[in-house]
Amino acid sequence: MFVLQVNGETRSVDVPADMPLLWVLRDVIGLTGTKFGCGIAQCGACTVHLNGRAVRSCVLPVGTIGDKAITTIEAVGKTPSGQKIQEAWLNVDVVQCGYCQSGQIMSAAALLARSANPTDADIDAAMAGNICRCGTYVRIRAAIKQAATGNVVVMQAMPPAGGA
Amino acid sequence: MKSREPGLGTAVGRRDALKLAGLTVAFLWTAASGTARASMSARRQSADAAAARADGAPPFAPNAFIRIDADGIIRLVMPNVEMGQGIYTGATMMLAEELGVGIDQVVIEHAPPNETLYSMPLWGGQITGGSSSTRGNWQVLREAGAVARTLLVTAAATRWHVDPAVCSVARGVVSAPGAGRSLTYGALAKAAGALPMPANVVLKEPKNFALIGKPLRRVDSVDKVNGTTQFGMDVKVPGMKIATVQACPTLGGRVSGVNDKRTRAIAGVIDVIVLDHAVAVVGEHFWAAKQGLEALDIEWDLGDNADLTTAMLRKSLSDASTSGAAIVAKEVGSKPSGQSVASTYQLPMLAHATMEPMNTTVWVTPTQCEIWVGTQVPTRCVTEAAKITGLSEDKIVLHNQYLGGGFGRRLETDSVEQAVRLATKVRYPIKVIWTREEDIRHDIVRPMYHDHISAVLDSGGRPVWYGDRVCGATVLGRWSPMDMDKNGMDDDLVECVAEIPYDIPARKVEWVRHNVPDGVIVGWWRGVGPTHNLFVVESFMDELAHTAGKDPLEYRRALLSKNPRSLALLNIAAEKIGWSTAPLPRRIGRGIALGEPFGSRVCAIVEVEVTPAGEVRLRHAVVALDCGIAINPNSVEAQVQGGLLFGLSAALFNGITIKHGAIEQSNFNDYRSLRINETPTIEVHVVPSEESPGGLGEVGTAIAAPALGNAIFAATGVRLRSLPVDRTALVSDADALRAVAS
Repeated sequence: MFVLQVNGETRSVDVPADMPLLWVLRDVIGLTGTKFGCGIAQCGACTVHLNGRAVRSCVLPVGTIGDKAITTIEAVGKTPSGQKIQEAWLNVDVVQCGYCQSGQIMSAAALLARSANPTDADIDAAMAGNICRCGTYVRIRAAIKQAATGNVVVMQAMPPAGGA
Repeated sequence: MKSREPGLGTAVGRRDALKLAGLTVAFLWTAASGTARASMSARRQSADAAAARADGAPPFAPNAFIRIDADGIIRLVMPNVEMGQGIYTGATMMLAEELGVGIDQVVIEHAPPNETLYSMPLWGGQITGGSSSTRGNWQVLREAGAVARTLLVTAAATRWHVDPAVCSVARGVVSAPGAGRSLTYGALAKAAGALPMPANVVLKEPKNFALIGKPLRRVDSVDKVNGTTQFGMDVKVPGMKIATVQACPTLGGRVSGVNDKRTRAIAGVIDVIVLDHAVAVVGEHFWAAKQGLEALDIEWDLGDNADLTTAMLRKSLSDASTSGAAIVAKEVGSKPSGQSVASTYQLPMLAHATMEPMNTTVWVTPTQCEIWVGTQVPTRCVTEAAKITGLSEDKIVLHNQYLGGGFGRRLETDSVEQAVRLATKVRYPIKVIWTREEDIRHDIVRPMYHDHISAVLDSGGRPVWYGDRVCGATVLGRWSPMDMDKNGMDDDLVECVAEIPYDIPARKVEWVRHNVPDGVIVGWWRGVGPTHNLFVVESFMDELAHTAGKDPLEYRRALLSKNPRSLALLNIAAEKIGWSTAPLPRRIGRGIALGEPFGSRVCAIVEVEVTPAGEVRLRHAVVALDCGIAINPNSVEAQVQGGLLFGLSAALFNGITIKHGAIEQSNFNDYRSLRINETPTIEVHVVPSEESPGGLGEVGTAIAAPALGNAIFAATGVRLRSLPVDRTALVSDADALRAVAS
């Protein structure tokens, strides 16, 4: 039995110690916003925060977590950086299929929390572990910069703000 | 669900459309009219009554796409599936434009499987693929919106005793001059629902469009950003268990024996199920299932492919190219004498690697089979499930889901069939999840190709004839064999080479079929024919320019005097990137590619730097596009950006190889995907147009590889005639070659 701090709530789970957090979240607790993509920490779809740091939950044994705070996509909007990132994601209209975007947003929110104004190199370093097969990278970069600076990114096709 | 209209039998409908199968699309567009086959309609059909009843019996359901409830909720049913391409937004815009509502005022629904109500005009089936959705929806969905609006206006005018012509609509309200003459669609729903179908409706002139042509944000973003979108992977059914599966690694191999003693001892493992070709372990959760699967002791019957290698397939392919019987797809004029240039190009097998691995949730009871899955072919899934369970098709209930990527992989039903088979062996609902390793090792791969292309040049270096002998396996021949041409031709094999943008007076394009061993299954992949052929044709155009001693831009321009739409794109792309014959810095180069895939026209120029170690860095890309009317310029830009990166990623990194009859790649560590730090800046320039919309989902992908290859040639002098990019060829001698090339 493990007692986890998930999105500000205490959750007790009766699972093996080596079970990755990803499957505890998805199949036991029922939080399916965190995605399975590769199972070997290569794609980043499963990214969550552990005490605010981005980690790959598909290779994180639940028995190693202890009382560290787990934050998932379902609650990251309650953090200042998560809220900014989600707003920018909508404004820049980043998503396509959307399957990787939970992980992208979690990586980006962790980046923004520790680096208020990330450079391109910072973005590369923080986001290179998150694969998007639809190829939304150009807009991901733009959205992170918008979230950081508050300066609305001028997209080629999009009006700067508002819209539907 | 399966009630078909008389005279619209499946066989006829599919034959007509699938022959066209997303392939020869420009041709297809013109050929699509007037043929009797299953096709969605803007007006109520006999099958609509049951569909509307199943969808909550709204008082107003004038066709298969629009439901207005008494409480005023406006629901739009999406005929295609959403896999990232943005069709839910585009289809909503087309319906809403004529219906007279904002896209913020509607609720979106996935369509149920229904071959009569949701058959795409270009396919004759309920299929999302081949960059066909916008083209197929364009007339029908606008007309469907107009039918609904006409009925609502008629209902209002009748109530007010005014001429319908004095009424106007805006944001779901009908108004007419005079006090109190304003009613919401909800208030009019019941009266409008009782009216007969209007014979004729008037569609808006493009200049009056309020939504179409405007860059709008997607309708599906909010839930995708907060994690609440339900993909197939996220389905929850009460009592559901989780299974994972391993098929024989050797393609076509079978299970000969299983010892599950260790598996059964693992906590959380519920069942072990053995099928002919695969074994599944069911658990309380995925982890138990996966641990259980790894603990199995499985004995495989490797079958006929036990010794199969990529080299053997390559050899049989090149042998077929040399000595196989060709079908001539296009022959114009005859081959003249003159300077001859010839090259052989080779392309690899490719996996799809959708972000969401294959998965299906199924619950089979004695009387019903319920399926939850994200699929591009919902009705095919129903048909296969009926065959497996022995239930009639009306007892198969399929709930389509958002797709975590499709790229053609979800045009297949193999994983759905497997899940249904497994579900017939248990009494509870199961979600079958493939690991990423299973997803890649048992992908249905894009075929490999071996193409011999040649040209004859006149004294000025201009091509007066070209020939291409394409060799590869047919996807259509497996996926829908009855839809092959009578002479055995699969037009996909020659799309974008049988017809090219350039003015070359004579040509001969032929295809030699490559028969792959049983067990090696080939499938659609983003762009299929155009992605394959544009690499060959546009790389070769660069070779010809080089042979003629001409600048690749000028060389192409001279061949486009009769094709102003494509010439315009070439000029825009060249201008935007600042094309110049002056040399770029060392080992930096730009490559052009031009093509007319999927009813659109596109030109890409890619700029790369090749490091001394042979690594290719993507610096910048400019794409000029003519896709007819851009329904949503925001989606257009996103599809071109993403499609281009999908194509660049495959060209740089991907090739499926086979050893001992098994696919060697297994996950993102050995089947690489482009990452953000490797992504170039991308400009997309869309030319204004009032032509009917062209296809888009695969256009960026199809144009990527040749632009990349040509850029690498410009940077290094090394001509890559096979994919993926061989870095070893770009290492040391590259500098010397560049001096030779320039």
